Amino acid sequence: MYDFAYHKPASVADAVKLLAADPDAKLVSGGHTLLPALKHRLNKPSSLIDLSGIADLKGIKKVGNSIVIGALTRHVEVATSDVVTAAIPALAYMASHIGDVQVRNRGTIGGSVSNNDPAADYPGAVLGLGATIHTSKRKIAADDFFQGMFTTALEADEILTAIEFPIPEKAGYAKMKNPASRYVMAGAFVSKGPMGVRVVINGAGPGVFRQSAMETALAASWAPGAVAGIKQDADGLNSDIHGSAEYRAHLVGVMAKRAVIAAG
Amino acid sequence: MDTIIPFEGIGASVKRKEDLRFLSGRGRYTDDINRPGQTYAWFLRSPHPHARITSIDLAAAKTMPGVIAIFTGEDMADIGGVPCGWQIHNKDGTPMSEPKHPVLAQGKVRFVGDAVALVVAETRPQARDAAEAIMVDYEVLPAAADMPQAQAAGAPAVHDDIPSNICYDWHIGDKDTTDAAFAKAKHVVKFELVNNRLIPNAMEPRAAIGDYDPTTDEHTLYTTSQNPHVIRLLMGAFVLNIPESKLRVVAPDVGGGFGSKIFHYIEEAAVTWAAARVHRPIKWTADRTESFMTDAHGRDHITQTELALDTDGKFLGLRVVTQANMGAYLSTFATSVPTYLYATLLAGCYQTPTIYAQVKAVFTNTVPVDAYRGAGRPEATFLIERLVDVAARETGIDKIEIRRKNFIRPDQFPYQTPVALEYDSGDYFSTLDMAMKASDWAGFEARRAEAARHGKLRGIGISTYLEACGIAPSAVVGALGARAGLYEVGVIRVHPTGSVTVLTGTHSHGQGHETTLAQLVSDRLGVPVANVDIVHGDTAKVPFGMGTYGSRSLAVGGSAMVKAMDKIVAKAKRIAAHLMEADVADIEFDRGTFRVAGTDKTKSLTDISLAAYVPHNYPIEEIEPGLEETAFYDPKNFTYPGGCHICEVEIEPETGAISVVNFTAVDDVGRVINPMIVEGQVQGGVAQGIGQALLEACVYDPQGQLVSGSMMDYTMPRADDLAPVSVATHTTLCTHNPLGVKGCGEVGAIGSPPAVINAVVDALRDYGVRHVEMPATPAKIWSIIHSNAPRMAAE
Repeated sequence: MYDFAYHKPASVADAVKLLAADPDAKLVSGGHTLLPALKHRLNKPSSLIDLSGIADLKGIKKVGNSIVIGALTRHVEVATSDVVTAAIPALAYMASHIGDVQVRNRGTIGGSVSNNDPAADYPGAVLGLGATIHTSKRKIAADDFFQGMFTTALEADEILTAIEFPIPEKAGYAKMKNPASRYVMAGAFVSKGPMGVRVVINGAGPGVFRQSAMETALAASWAPGAVAGIKQDADGLNSDIHGSAEYRAHLVGVMAKRAVIAAG
Repeated sequence: MDTIIPFEGIGASVKRKEDLRFLSGRGRYTDDINRPGQTYAWFLRSPHPHARITSIDLAAAKTMPGVIAIFTGEDMADIGGVPCGWQIHNKDGTPMSEPKHPVLAQGKVRFVGDAVALVVAETRPQARDAAEAIMVDYEVLPAAADMPQAQAAGAPAVHDDIPSNICYDWHIGDKDTTDAAFAKAKHVVKFELVNNRLIPNAMEPRAAIGDYDPTTDEHTLYTTSQNPHVIRLLMGAFVLNIPESKLRVVAPDVGGGFGSKIFHYIEEAAVTWAAARVHRPIKWTADRTESFMTDAHGRDHITQTELALDTDGKFLGLRVVTQANMGAYLSTFATSVPTYLYATLLAGCYQTPTIYAQVKAVFTNTVPVDAYRGAGRPEATFLIERLVDVAARETGIDKIEIRRKNFIRPDQFPYQTPVALEYDSGDYFSTLDMAMKASDWAGFEARRAEAARHGKLRGIGISTYLEACGIAPSAVVGALGARAGLYEVGVIRVHPTGSVTVLTGTHSHGQGHETTLAQLVSDRLGVPVANVDIVHGDTAKVPFGMGTYGSRSLAVGGSAMVKAMDKIVAKAKRIAAHLMEADVADIEFDRGTFRVAGTDKTKSLTDISLAAYVPHNYPIEEIEPGLEETAFYDPKNFTYPGGCHICEVEIEPETGAISVVNFTAVDDVGRVINPMIVEGQVQGGVAQGIGQALLEACVYDPQGQLVSGSMMDYTMPRADDLAPVSVATHTTLCTHNPLGVKGCGEVGAIGSPPAVINAVVDALRDYGVRHVEMPATPAKIWSIIHSNAPRMAAE
C-alpha cells in the first residue's frame, strides 16, 4: 500500500470535519474491502479516518417498531443479536451468511452499505426491508440511497451512522454464491410489512434493484408459486466467467421463490 | 533395557514430527530468513500479453528514495536464458524449437507478468514505488491467447523465429497397426475433450534471496524449491556460469509445491545475479497476484481421441491427437509432461494392444505451463476413463464389465504396453472390488431414487486408473531426451552414541518426509524416530539429489537410504564380529541388535557406533573408523501405482449446484510405510482432483489478459466443497525397488477427476449428455439442463 495519514476521531462530528478537510480521505471501519484494495495499490487515499473509536456508532436497539443498528456494528453482532433474531430473523440469517467467520468478525453494516458492492448481501436487506439510512446530516430512504454499482446518495462529507429497519410481518432471504469469491451471484430479499411488499434482487445486476413484477404478484398472493412463473429479464444483468446474464436471470426467480418459502 | 519402545517402523502411523513447528507457526520459510544488510526486489512486469519494448526510461525511478539499483534485460544480455530440461524430437527426428527464455525481457514481452525490470531498494515498498516510476514504451502486438488462436492462419508469432508457434510435433506408438486395428473394429467411439488449465496456488508464494560474499566469491540462493540441487545445476551451469563449488542453494521449509516449485524461475537467477552486483543480499517475495501471474500453470490440453472395440467390447486400439499449451516459454520440464509423462500412460490399466498418439506443443502468450500434481498422468487418465465410460454406454456394455474385460490380469505382469512402459505389478480387479464394496456400489440405485424424491439428480462415477511415478531410470529418460539423471542420494550418518542423521536429496514441502524417512531408519536400525533427523534442502549439507516430484521420494530417495543402510549394516557387522570375537558370517542383525548366531552374545548398534568413533579396541588396519555411508540409487523402472476411485454427486437441477456426497479411494501404492500419511496424501490429491473437476478454471480472455487472476475469480477448493474421502489401500509390491513402494503423492489428483465427471454425466443421464467439460460449474450444469428443458418436469 501507499503511505497515508491516519486519524482516529472519537466523535462523528470530528470525523466529518476530517472528511470535509481532505477530499482524498477514506473512511475505514471493518476494512475488509478497503484494506485489500490498499494492499493492491488500487486505492491511494491521502488519509484514512478510522471510525472504530466512535462509540456512538455501535450497537443494536429496538426503537418503537424498528430495529436501529449502528454503522459500526459487526456482521457477527447482527447475526447473533437476540433483538434482531426476535424481530427480523431474516436479517440475522442474512448476516450469519455473509462471507466467512473472519469477514463477519470484522465487517460492519455501515461499511457494507456505504460501499454498495453489487454482490454484497446487506444492500439487499436494507432495500428489501425499506430501511432508513441515518447519516451525519439527514435520513435517507433506502429507495433513494442505492444508486448503482458502488454509488450511493452519500455526499462527500457525509457519514452513515445507523440504519433503521422497520419490523416486517414476514421477510426471507436466499442467495446463490459465486463459487470463487463466495459473494452473491444472485440473491433475493423479500418482505411484507409497513413498507409494503418488497422483492429486492442483489448480486445479479450492477446494483440492488426492486423486482416490481414479483412485488405485484406477491402483493396479490403471498406464495412461492406467485413468483415462480415470473421471468427476470436478463438484459442488463451481470455476465462473467462464473455465469451468464441468462443464468443469473434464472437464479433470480429461484432465489425469490426460496426467499418467499423462507419468509413463510 | 526392558523399556518397551512403541513400534515406529514400516506400517506404523507415527505422528508427523514436523507438524509441531508447522502448526504452531514456527516453520522457517524463505521469507522468514533475513540476511544482514538485506535489500528488497520488485519486478516490473508486463501488463501486455505481447508487445515490443521500444524504450525503457529509468531516469525518474533511479532517483526515487531507497533505490539501490535497477536492472533491465539489456544489463543481462550476456547471461544465459533459463533452460529447458528435456529435449523432445519431432516426428521427423529434428529437435524441438527451443527459444531463449531471458531472465529479464529482451526486446519483447510475451505474457502478462513477463519481467521487464528488477528494482533493488532498501525496502519493498520503495522498490515497488520505483518500479511504478519506470517508463516503458510498448508497441502492443496482437496476442496468441490460446492454442486455436496460436495455430490460426496469420497468427502472431510468440517468438519471431518460430512463425508456426509449434514447439514440437511428436508421436509415439505404431500408426500402421493402430490403423489396422480400427479397420477391423466393430465399434469406434470418438470423443473430443479439454483438460482445463489450472493455477497451482501453493499456500506459500514463491520467494528467493540472493546473497553474495565477495571475500570468498560464494553465492547463496535461498529459494522456495522442491529440488535445490537441480536449481544449482541449472542456474549455475546454464544461466549464470557459477561453478557448483561457489554456489549454495538452500530450500528451507517450503509451504507446498505441487510441482510449481520444481522449476528454475527467472526470479531466482535475477536475485542471485543482482546480489553479486550490489554486494548486498536481495530478497524477493511474490505476492498472491504474482503467484497467479507467474507460477507455472498446469494441464491445458485439447484432445481428439478414438477407441476401437470388437464385438465383445475388447479394446482393439486407441488413437489420440493432443495439443498441449507450453505458454510463452519452455519451463524446466514442460516439454516432457505432454509426451513421456502423458502419452506413455495411454494404455492405462487396460490390455489395449496398439496405440498411436500425436502431440503438438504450442506456444501462446500465456505464462509457461509445466508439471502440476500428476503432470501428464491426470490428462491421460481423464481421457481414458471418460472414453471407457462413453464406450460402455455406446456399446451397451456395463461400465464395470467393460473395465474388467479389458484389465491387465495379475498373471500378465510384467506387462509391456504398446507405448514404451513395462508395468511390474498391480491388481486392478481387487482395487475395483474393494472400492465397489466400500462405496456400496450395489446400493446406489436406491440412493439415486431417494435423491430423486428430494428433487436431486444423483450420479455415480468410477475411475480405474494406473500411473507411472517414482521417476526415473536415468538411462531410460536420457534416451528420451532428459538432460539430467533421475537417481537419488542418501547418506546415513550414525553418530557415536547411536542417533542418526539422514541426508537426503529429496525435499519435503508438506509430505511428511521427516517422519516417513525416519521410520525407514527406525525399522531397519532400531533407532527411535525421535533420534533420527532428516536433513534436506541444502546443497551445502546434502551431497546431491534430484528433489521431490513425480511421487519419487520414497521409491527413489527411500531406496537410496536402504542402500546406504545396507552398507552401514555390512560395516557394523564386521565391527561387531571383531568385538565379539566371532566370524563376520556368523553375525546376525535385527533392528539394532547384532548377535553371534546361535549364542546369546549381542552388541547394540550403539556399542558398534561408539567403537567406530572411539576405536580403542578396533580392527583399525582393516576397517576405517566412523559409521557413515552414502548411496546413490538409480531405479530400474518407474513404479506403477493404480487403483479405483468412486464418486457420488448430487445436482440440484434448479440451480445446477453440485455437491460431492461420497468419495471412495482404494489405491495400490505398494508397501505402505505410514498409513496415516498415505491417507492424508490421497485425501489432499483427491481435493485437488475435485478442484479440477468441479471448480478450477484458469481463464485468459481472447486478448491474453488473465481473467481468473485472484481468489475472487479462481475457485480453489474449500473444505465445504469436499465430501469425506474414504481411503483404503490394497498392496501389490513394486518388484524392483528394495522397499516394494510405489508412491502415493499424486494418485489422488490422477485418479479422481474422471470419477467425478463420470458421476456428473451419470447424474445427467436423462438429459442426453455425453460429456461435461471441466470444471463442471453450476452455471455449466444449469445450462446443460436448461437446454434440455423439454425433458424436465415443470417446476
